[in-house]
Amino acid sequence: MNPQGRPTRPAGVAGASEPLRLAEPLIFEQGQAGRRGVDLPAAPDYQERLGGLRRQGGIGLPGLSEPQVVRHYTRLSQMNFSIDGQFYPLGSCTMKHNPRLNEKLARLPGLADLHPLQPLSTVQGALALIDQLAFWLKTLTGMPAVAMSQAAGAHGEFCGMAVIKAALKARGETRTKVLAPESAHGTNPATAAALGFTVETLPANAQGRVDLEVFKAKLGPDVAAIMLTNPNTCGLFERDMIAIAEAVHAAGAYFYCDGANFNAIVGRVRPADLGIDAMHINLHKTFSTPHGGGGPGAGPVVLSEELARFAPLPWVVREGEGFRLVEHKQGEGAESIGRLKGFHGQMGMFVRALAYMLSHGADGLWQVSTDAVLNANYLLASLKDVMSAPFAGPCMHEALFDDRFLKDTGVSTLDLAKALLDEGFHPPTMYFPLVVHGALLIEPTETESRETLDRFIAVLRRFAEQAQAGEVEGFHDAPRHTPLRRLDETQAARKPVLRWTPP
Amino acid sequence: MRYLPLTEADRRLMLARIGVAAVDDLFADVPAEARLPGPLPDLPGHQAEFDVERMIGELAAKNVSAGACPSFLGAGAYRHHVPASVDQLLLRGEFLTSYTPYQPEVSQGTLQALFEFQTQVALLTGMEVANASLYDGATACAEAVMMANRVTGRRKALVSGGLHPHYREVVETMARATGFAVDVVQADPFQPGRLQVEALIGRVDAETSCVVVQNPNFFGRLRDFSPLAEACQAQGALLVVVVTEVVSLGLVRPPGEMGADIVVAEGQSIGNALGFGGPHVGLFACKQQYLRQMPGRLCGQTVDAEGRRGFVLTLSTREQHIRREKATSNICTNSGLCALAFSIHLSLLGEEGFSQLAEYNHAQAVWFAEMIGQVPGCRVINDSFFNEFTVELPMAAAELVEKMAEFPILAGVPVSRLYPDRPDLDNLLLVAVTELNRIEEMEVLIELLRRWL
Repeated sequence: MNPQGRPTRPAGVAGASEPLRLAEPLIFEQGQAGRRGVDLPAAPDYQERLGGLRRQGGIGLPGLSEPQVVRHYTRLSQMNFSIDGQFYPLGSCTMKHNPRLNEKLARLPGLADLHPLQPLSTVQGALALIDQLAFWLKTLTGMPAVAMSQAAGAHGEFCGMAVIKAALKARGETRTKVLAPESAHGTNPATAAALGFTVETLPANAQGRVDLEVFKAKLGPDVAAIMLTNPNTCGLFERDMIAIAEAVHAAGAYFYCDGANFNAIVGRVRPADLGIDAMHINLHKTFSTPHGGGGPGAGPVVLSEELARFAPLPWVVREGEGFRLVEHKQGEGAESIGRLKGFHGQMGMFVRALAYMLSHGADGLWQVSTDAVLNANYLLASLKDVMSAPFAGPCMHEALFDDRFLKDTGVSTLDLAKALLDEGFHPPTMYFPLVVHGALLIEPTETESRETLDRFIAVLRRFAEQAQAGEVEGFHDAPRHTPLRRLDETQAARKPVLRWTPP
Repeated sequence: MRYLPLTEADRRLMLARIGVAAVDDLFADVPAEARLPGPLPDLPGHQAEFDVERMIGELAAKNVSAGACPSFLGAGAYRHHVPASVDQLLLRGEFLTSYTPYQPEVSQGTLQALFEFQTQVALLTGMEVANASLYDGATACAEAVMMANRVTGRRKALVSGGLHPHYREVVETMARATGFAVDVVQADPFQPGRLQVEALIGRVDAETSCVVVQNPNFFGRLRDFSPLAEACQAQGALLVVVVTEVVSLGLVRPPGEMGADIVVAEGQSIGNALGFGGPHVGLFACKQQYLRQMPGRLCGQTVDAEGRRGFVLTLSTREQHIRREKATSNICTNSGLCALAFSIHLSLLGEEGFSQLAEYNHAQAVWFAEMIGQVPGCRVINDSFFNEFTVELPMAAAELVEKMAEFPILAGVPVSRLYPDRPDLDNLLLVAVTELNRIEEMEVLIELLRRWL
């Protein structure tokens, strides 16, 4: 016990004699009164102006010196898999290399140390950067406008669908229904429902795509929009996309495209040429801004000419040699859906994404989608004889397998995924999309070498053969070599412990 | 291309195994009319690292960075010192380049850090539980209102005139888009705090789902919301307290002790750069009883197969990937790396450092407010404040700010930037002071005010 009465090391946490077990006490279990990791000047004498609202009593934060804090977080980091350290083929997540140049540039004081409400005359370079990124996004998608402020893909979806709702209202129409395939990301129906639409699910056909005839039969004057991911979450291109777009427009509805999988076609196909009205782009997927253990992301939304005037605030507008901001829902911004976020958007992500685009150029981006698709098809071709692929190839940027190859082996998709951890690979996306049983969705991205893919293929082939040969004992208690073994998620949900409390 | 490992030899070998003659064959499902013949001609070709560095460096050089001159801007984003070790740790690839911790066996670093973050947020706000963060303070505020609507089954939010206009606007956007009512009290920076609270109490009724207030409010004023919390409770409404300057919680009584049901805050001040407004990090805390209506990710404690303590994402039955159209929110991201920065910085500060940082900010602001108050024509209108206050000038604040920017001094945020349709507020300037403002800088500003006003 330390002098504050906290146990210095709780039961079950490994000690320093077990450095490779990598267990680390909570920061709250390491504090000592009188320690600090930041030096500050003492406050001068002053007459308090807090209106009598001074905090009484302590907060309960632990005190640590800088070396202790640095070691704590370094040790925590060592418990993580990451793109830097491991092959991380999470389907639909586009875990590509995050160039360090982009990190360096995002930290330039002239960009990172800008206050969002500085006079516009002092931030012309920042506004020009946003405008340049917008130019790239518009050119790559072929769309005339882009809303920049959204903080994530789901935020972008909300933006796009709110804009569509506003456009319908401006037309004097109330349409209540949104169509979305059953393979859609969960955010699609969640977004539509949040906006008050009812969601009608489109079943997949035997080729893993939207059935054009079933789709047309569901179209009607009550349909506001279709939300379609293309390439879809089975890793397949929706061949009937143009016909779908034509039917949507003929019915007076809008075409929202979920751009999560844009990496498959970036630089080779412009979504505008497929007939979309709006699409979000995850800068943290296609344009390599780091996922950071779950954000922050950025989700700009490209818009058609018709939808552009409803875009959320603020807008960067070029005027002569300079730039200004439309920040208010009045004048030229009067028809905007309004503000979706504080300030101007994820500037730090904009810098990184633009650096990525400039580094690749048009030719490099062409090669990005080419290699992403090539890598996925190489995996598909190298594994389909021992695993089971539900749909015929070629695939786009990700290869989908189901669990038929594990039938009657006693090994589940989950077991297989956990066994991959012991081999030093992050597992693919599991059990998604929902349209196939026991899905394994593998997205290698273009930044993996053939040697890495070959190692991964060899391990998966061995696993498939072991499972089919009845050598299954190793699967059920995997992983064995990770910092922790399988965790009890049921207990976590049944009796939620969401914070440390003093003993 | 430096980021692409495949060689031409690789590609040929891979195509052969796939059994197609050319890569174009893999794109056969794309309608022919939508396939571009080659790289887009309107865009430049790939470039060397030093060329990209030069191009973006040139854009950066066209800005006046807040650190390059005296800067007194606040209004929801504050320039604080971030210790060097914070960014060094963030740059560790294991944090930077990992995904959402869906495989907990190989994500304990991210998960434990989130568990610690949730604990820190709960402690600072004086609440029972906190989530793993939201996009920013403004979106967190809108999520709080929608959560209050779910909890109470009501659809009308009462919003204080002291709420940051961007936060109010995000709430209004969500209200228009998703269908609930917002009753906004007009901002009156001159009204004493006590009267503002009384006015809000008078407007809470049986249809109110929540009352949204900010402390310190947009104009810098501090108020005790305990009487409002009681009024809310009497009407079955929730009290949402917003904090845009999280450093204030080192010195000011936390919302939890005033009876708040939900607390949202912008966490940028701790660990994160101004960044021209993003990415920042939304903090979200509430009473335990509302846990299952909370938006966003939650990290919870559990054990592994050998009984060792570990952490997982939990209560995901609230979330979109399980619930789809029945989810509590469409959110599927937090602001992970910014939350980590917040957590590391707060760990470095600790109890002593955080309290001292807050105290130092307040002391500097008190000194500066007194000095500005002595300039003929200037009046500090606040009866209370933390590190930001409102100055009434004898001229339009925007005009003064433009003039000062040429110096360059970033003198503050003119209220008119956020209230363009309130000419009665045109002469108000928001001035913020942090530990990074030196006395000499403040003296320069005061000297210019004396000369120009």
